[in-house]
Amino acid sequence: MKKISLVVYGVLLLALIAAPFIGFYPVFVMKVLCFALFACAFNLLLGYTGMLSFGHAAFLGGAAYLTGHALKVWHFTPELGLIAGTLAGALLGLVFGWLAIRRQGIYFSMITLALAQMMYFVALQAPFTGGEDGLQSVPRGKLFGLIDLRDDLTMYYVALVIVVAAFLLIARTVHSPFGQVLKGIKENEPRAISLGYDVNRFKLLAFVISAALSGLAGSLKTLVLGFASLSDVHWTASGHVILMTLVGGLGTLSGPLVGSAVVVLLENKVGDFGSFMARATGVDWFNTLGESVTMVTGLIFVVCVLAFRKGIMGEVIAFFDRRRGKV
Amino acid sequence: MNISMPALLSQLLLGLVNGSFYAILSLGLAVIFGLLNVINFAHGALFMMGAVLSWMAMNYFNVNYWVMLVVAPLIVGVFGVLIERLLLRWIYKLDHLYGLLLTLGLTLLIEGGFRSVYGVSGLAYSTPEALSGGTNLGFMFLPNYRAWVVVASLVVCFATWYAIEKTRLGAYLRAGTENPRLVEAFGVNVPLMVTLTYGFGVALAAFAGVLAAPVIQISPLMGQNLIIIVFAVVVIGGMGSIMGAILTGLGLGVIEGLTKVFYPEASATVVFVIMVVVLLIRPAGLFGSEK
Repeated sequence: MKKISLVVYGVLLLALIAAPFIGFYPVFVMKVLCFALFACAFNLLLGYTGMLSFGHAAFLGGAAYLTGHALKVWHFTPELGLIAGTLAGALLGLVFGWLAIRRQGIYFSMITLALAQMMYFVALQAPFTGGEDGLQSVPRGKLFGLIDLRDDLTMYYVALVIVVAAFLLIARTVHSPFGQVLKGIKENEPRAISLGYDVNRFKLLAFVISAALSGLAGSLKTLVLGFASLSDVHWTASGHVILMTLVGGLGTLSGPLVGSAVVVLLENKVGDFGSFMARATGVDWFNTLGESVTMVTGLIFVVCVLAFRKGIMGEVIAFFDRRRGKV
Repeated sequence: MNISMPALLSQLLLGLVNGSFYAILSLGLAVIFGLLNVINFAHGALFMMGAVLSWMAMNYFNVNYWVMLVVAPLIVGVFGVLIERLLLRWIYKLDHLYGLLLTLGLTLLIEGGFRSVYGVSGLAYSTPEALSGGTNLGFMFLPNYRAWVVVASLVVCFATWYAIEKTRLGAYLRAGTENPRLVEAFGVNVPLMVTLTYGFGVALAAFAGVLAAPVIQISPLMGQNLIIIVFAVVVIGGMGSIMGAILTGLGLGVIEGLTKVFYPEASATVVFVIMVVVLLIRPAGLFGSEK
């Protein structure tokens, strides 16, 4: 199994390296990569520690704004902008986590949601965020003052390196002794406490790591797309990342990668799919599908929760486990 | 600071109006959570449904406000019964988070559905004639409709409190919250009770929606921001106590109203700030108890 997954990851990496040359639009793939990183960071918390944060939009959006401001107004170089955004995510995560881990379960989710909503209002009213318009035309600049990122292809490979590095960091975290303790907390918190672990410190650290990496995703997104907007801090962005993780498979390393690709593709293509279906079947209703992305998203949530809780990769892994068991 | 008394009083009243909505919604959330262990994210969407249904009835069938004040909660209540029977029923044994995710999905479905028909712009709904205008109390001008909203909400809240805390049916409900299996063993039909509780909880939300229709701009997204504030209210008050939910809701509405007078910039965030303070001082919430 180990070997198979290594091969699959290798093929995926090769495909990503080759993507711009086989007809994929680099900016689109980069957008998917940013969300993949966001979902992986989120999964570290929900999938491996069992904490459902409903406020991750604050880290994504907060970092996106800070990086945008740093690049545009303070004329930071891109790498400093990314570091600033990541630190902003970590700092916000420290504050949110410190407050939210005072309560457990459903209260934890509600607290993170409320804190993120506060952040949303701050972004709406603060003078430097551009209010409803957001931060527009953020320059990409030169990485280390040398590599010009204005070229999409250069930007693409830089983004790929960053996301792969972050993914490896998450994989390492999950398999480290620290990650094992997190899983232990998820499975049985009282037991972890009785074994002498300072559970709250582990939870807080996991929260901060997750928030920092979400911040990195937000910064990278600003760098790639050249803008930061209110939709990044809105609670629906938090809902989004939950959906990506759920569709891909909670608590699997590869799940969020698959989930984010599926969800981003779906949102971009559901309109096309609708008009295709309308042409193919002659049913006019399909033409309206593009306007009802929200409903499609909602429907996927309901179906996933009721019948598909393992997610795509969870099912795949379970399938291979079953086959191995039989042989 | 130079703030006129009438302005202060009118903001106070507005705060009470909003507080009434917070109270009814957090009350419904608390009742549902008590028995179902599901935090109903769809509460905001069902609140919106109450408002939009009364708008639809007025515009398409010329059915007036007073009829809809009864009919809209009934329709939404039946809708809630269907949701519970068809969807929620399957996830009680799972982790709490799935309840939140399922109702989040329902929220997106309901709001998306209404949005594809009505867009995001506001729909106008006029105040019923009997309650239009206002009364001059000498020290302030009291808009009749706002006074009605506060009184009607208080009556409904206290009736619910009385039904749960003082009647036999309420005793079953409280017992079901404590230990559903034991109550079932005594011959009470717990699954039916669960279904009706959910239906009742969301009917309350729809009732608040109809009350809100003439004072808040009706739009498919009107429930979204409200529900997040109500979540904060629930965290502040704790969901253990019905009276606690009512008082916290009203109190926060008033504080929010006062903030609009003294420091308008913070009026959108004040509830969240209070939540942070409460978490620091009394993590279990004002009326909650640490298990």
